[in-house]
Amino acid sequence: MRISTVGYTMKQGVKNIGRNKLFSLASVATMAACIFLFGLFFSVILNFNYIVKKAEEGVAITVFFEENLEDSKVEAIGDALRDRDDVLKVTYVSADEAWDTFKDEYFGESKDLAEGFKDDNPLAGSDNYEVYMKDVESQKEVVKFAEGLDGVRKVNKSDVVAKTLSSVNKLILYVSAAIILILLIVTVFLISNTVTIGITVRKEEIAIMKYIGAKDYFVRGPFIVEGILIGLVGAAIPLAGLYVVYDKAIDYIMTRFSILNNILDFMPVWDVYKILLPTGLLLGVGIGFIGSFFTIRKHLKV
Amino acid sequence: MIELKDVTKEYSKGVAALNGVSVKIEQGEFVFIVGDSGSGKSTLIKLIMKELDPTSGTIIVNGQNLNRMKHRHIPKYRRGLGVVFQDFRLLKDRNIYENIAFAQRVVETPTRVMKKKVPAALSLVGLAQKYKMFPKELSGGEQQRVAIARAIVNEPSILLADEPTGNLDPTNSWEIMQLLEEANQRGTTVLVVTHNQEIVNEMQKRVITMKKGVIVSDEKKGGYINED
Repeated sequence: MRISTVGYTMKQGVKNIGRNKLFSLASVATMAACIFLFGLFFSVILNFNYIVKKAEEGVAITVFFEENLEDSKVEAIGDALRDRDDVLKVTYVSADEAWDTFKDEYFGESKDLAEGFKDDNPLAGSDNYEVYMKDVESQKEVVKFAEGLDGVRKVNKSDVVAKTLSSVNKLILYVSAAIILILLIVTVFLISNTVTIGITVRKEEIAIMKYIGAKDYFVRGPFIVEGILIGLVGAAIPLAGLYVVYDKAIDYIMTRFSILNNILDFMPVWDVYKILLPTGLLLGVGIGFIGSFFTIRKHLKV
Repeated sequence: MIELKDVTKEYSKGVAALNGVSVKIEQGEFVFIVGDSGSGKSTLIKLIMKELDPTSGTIIVNGQNLNRMKHRHIPKYRRGLGVVFQDFRLLKDRNIYENIAFAQRVVETPTRVMKKKVPAALSLVGLAQKYKMFPKELSGGEQQRVAIARAIVNEPSILLADEPTGNLDPTNSWEIMQLLEEANQRGTTVLVVTHNQEIVNEMQKRVITMKKGVIVSDEKKGGYINED
């Protein structure tokens, strides 16, 4: 293909948008509506995932040692746990720290009730490691591993929390995959319909090109450039809109439902957009490309 | 050279638009194809353009067997043909210059060559001054002249005209036939499908008459056979 043909194809693609203003506008609007919905679900799903991950990171197992275990052995247990790939963090909690935390949580404002124990720590011998996992699903394996370590007396775990979070995680994955799949199918269907209308209007122009002896790529080129540009604009508009709305929506939720502040931890807009921006733009360009490429194919057989 | 050997074209089972047609047209000939509506004239043109494939028989154009031609080779083949339609088929959103340049773009002619050839083609059809105008600003006769300029700009060896005067008054019809005759004098084979009896009778060219899908007459210097 000559360079002048490439330039001509690009120019015609841009001109086509102007020549068919109404069709272009309808395509951009359809694309924008679909990408907006996609972006909305994508942000919600990402945040759900983020909240669950945060909750997962808070789930720990507690590893207790045999009484009067030598410091070197305690350290060896800690090192063995830290060496595992599925372990995020290992924190040593002394018996005194454990008692202080327990006092805060159990007695709350009536700390004087705990004064009865004075220096007699009821949790003596409860030195332990708090082990946080990267993925809550690996809890079972880590527990098994810890129980097999030399010098370990007991391992405490919370099966219910781990199982619940694991199920929630799976549910989010399936639901999000289903929603995104449905949205993609609807988007491709709508865009393909809009492109079909646009191409039907120009069926005669395509036929003339073919009668003159235009190769398929020459006919297809401008339509594909047009499709990509429409896809790009159709994706950029809702992405910009969502960017503005995102922070405002989070502010609103946090103010309106302040009771949830401790539970909900939303992702910063830029963290969401690191994934959403390239995905959305790629989706717009991809749908524009595929929509025009395949829709025009049947009109090329002249 | 165009040669059809025992060509049959059926659109639906049992209904033949062309039925065992055999004909040979030599390079540089001027041929009228006449006949009633539904006689198979347009089907013949479409088969030569490779817009349709025959149900049976062989079509050879410029030494190429169209039956064996692959889809990807059709564009190159069509570049050797110039086509003129009854309804002009110009690109309405492009001006006259762009309409003709479009045919050159399609065959990837370098821009500097295009800048010489497009005005030359416009001069041949007498529209050099109107190159900036759009199709809707021109009369029917002028639009058909633009269509002829587009058909000849790539210097095809064969010019196919399907009812080129069908939408025109007698004066314009004669001007169009004059242009086709000039193209023929430059060596182009010209095939004209027409209903215009006056033109066919006056020009004294080869006339192929078709009826119900078969050739009923083929005369070297013929006239229009009126079926009524």
